[in-house]
Amino acid sequence: MVTVEFASSLRRHVECAPQSVAPGTLRQVLEAALTAAPELRPYVFDDQHAVRKHVAVFINKTMALDRKALTQTVQAGDRVLVIQALTGG
Amino acid sequence: MQTLLVASRKGLFVWRGNGTQWAIAGHHFPGDPVTQAMTDPRTGHWYAALRLGHFGAKLRKSTDQGATWTDIGTPVFPPKPTSGPLADDPVPWNVELVWSLVPGGIDEPGVLWAGCMPAGLFKSEDGGQTWALNTPLWEDPRRLLWMGGGNDYPGMHSVLVDPRDARCIRVAISCGGVWQTTDGGASWALSARGMTANYVPGEVEDDPNMQDPHRMVQCAANPDVLWVQHHCGMYRTTDGGRLWTAIAPPAPSDFGFAVACDPQNPLRAWFAPARSDTYRYPVDGRMVVTRTDDGGQSFQVLGNGLPAQDAYHLVYRHSLVLAPDGHTLALSSTTGGLWISPDAGEHWHCVTRDLPPVAALSWLRAI
Repeated sequence: MVTVEFASSLRRHVECAPQSVAPGTLRQVLEAALTAAPELRPYVFDDQHAVRKHVAVFINKTMALDRKALTQTVQAGDRVLVIQALTGG
Repeated sequence: MQTLLVASRKGLFVWRGNGTQWAIAGHHFPGDPVTQAMTDPRTGHWYAALRLGHFGAKLRKSTDQGATWTDIGTPVFPPKPTSGPLADDPVPWNVELVWSLVPGGIDEPGVLWAGCMPAGLFKSEDGGQTWALNTPLWEDPRRLLWMGGGNDYPGMHSVLVDPRDARCIRVAISCGGVWQTTDGGASWALSARGMTANYVPGEVEDDPNMQDPHRMVQCAANPDVLWVQHHCGMYRTTDGGRLWTAIAPPAPSDFGFAVACDPQNPLRAWFAPARSDTYRYPVDGRMVVTRTDDGGQSFQVLGNGLPAQDAYHLVYRHSLVLAPDGHTLALSSTTGGLWISPDAGEHWHCVTRDLPPVAALSWLRAI
């Protein structure tokens, strides 16, 4: 299984506990995790279903650079972390 | 007791008071940018538009005057086509900002309209739970010629529902002129004839689709009278927007962003002038409001109680608003100032200079 966690900056708006989901593409993994908190979905994805430009997704210690296709494979035992990219003032 | 909603860079403030006595009665969404606030006179419901820096535009709704808020639907563009004339649209099909939020007609319970950046117009028929893009305007090929002005993309900041007929809606876009529909949004016509954009080549400076109306307001009692603060001056129409007449530039400036008008008197309006156009602060550092009582033929300069020198406040589009009583004005700035005039601008009371940058003001309107 894959563990998906959302940073506190996201959970400030919509609570979502760490999720354990089946391996698959990064999109499949994220979509599966967000079924636990559908209201969180528009915080992670934009209108075109890409990861928002100020949101970063890590697979283990590597940041996913592709925001649109999300075809990268996530394997059993991997940990996916969704955070806010640090911007603003 | 009057209630004023202040949408700021660091949350939504609720001010209550009268005359010179005002106090903060609530601070909602602290730390989050709020770009618009609206109270629906048909229901008493409050709405706030947030622009979360990381997580996009969001809408919140309160049915109990701010005691509790719920996350409701936010306008979302449909999937961008991968073929056809819109496949190469350089504008991203992502709502970045809800810039205008208004109730539909009195006979349309549940209808709300939202003007956004990029400049899509969205309609809700269920009090904001769900939204749909108005595709006739969005898919008009002339939309591709709109420009972003001072922003990355064109934005729709003014949406006016005609009080005589809710199927008649006028919208203003920076920069995309004024458009109107008489069939509830099924078809649209440009409605900016008479305006001039002196920042484009002379051959096209009168093109209605090139205009940059900064803000447009409508006289409720005489809805054929509308006012525009334009990037290149001030305009008024008396025929519902078929023809706009330029107002002779008054002192100290005909540049600015905000305009407010009297809901009963079609001859009266207020503007917040600024030094044009790369400076964008009060002329000579003296903050004033100008008011016309004769349809723009002449203006009074009203500064009693406003900073008289060394003031560098800018008043955004939605930050000069008239209360339902018809004579209480509120004025706020990007530098965190808030002033209220009880007498149509003759005298101003400084409520505070310590707010975050203010994007919009909204008076509570009675049910």
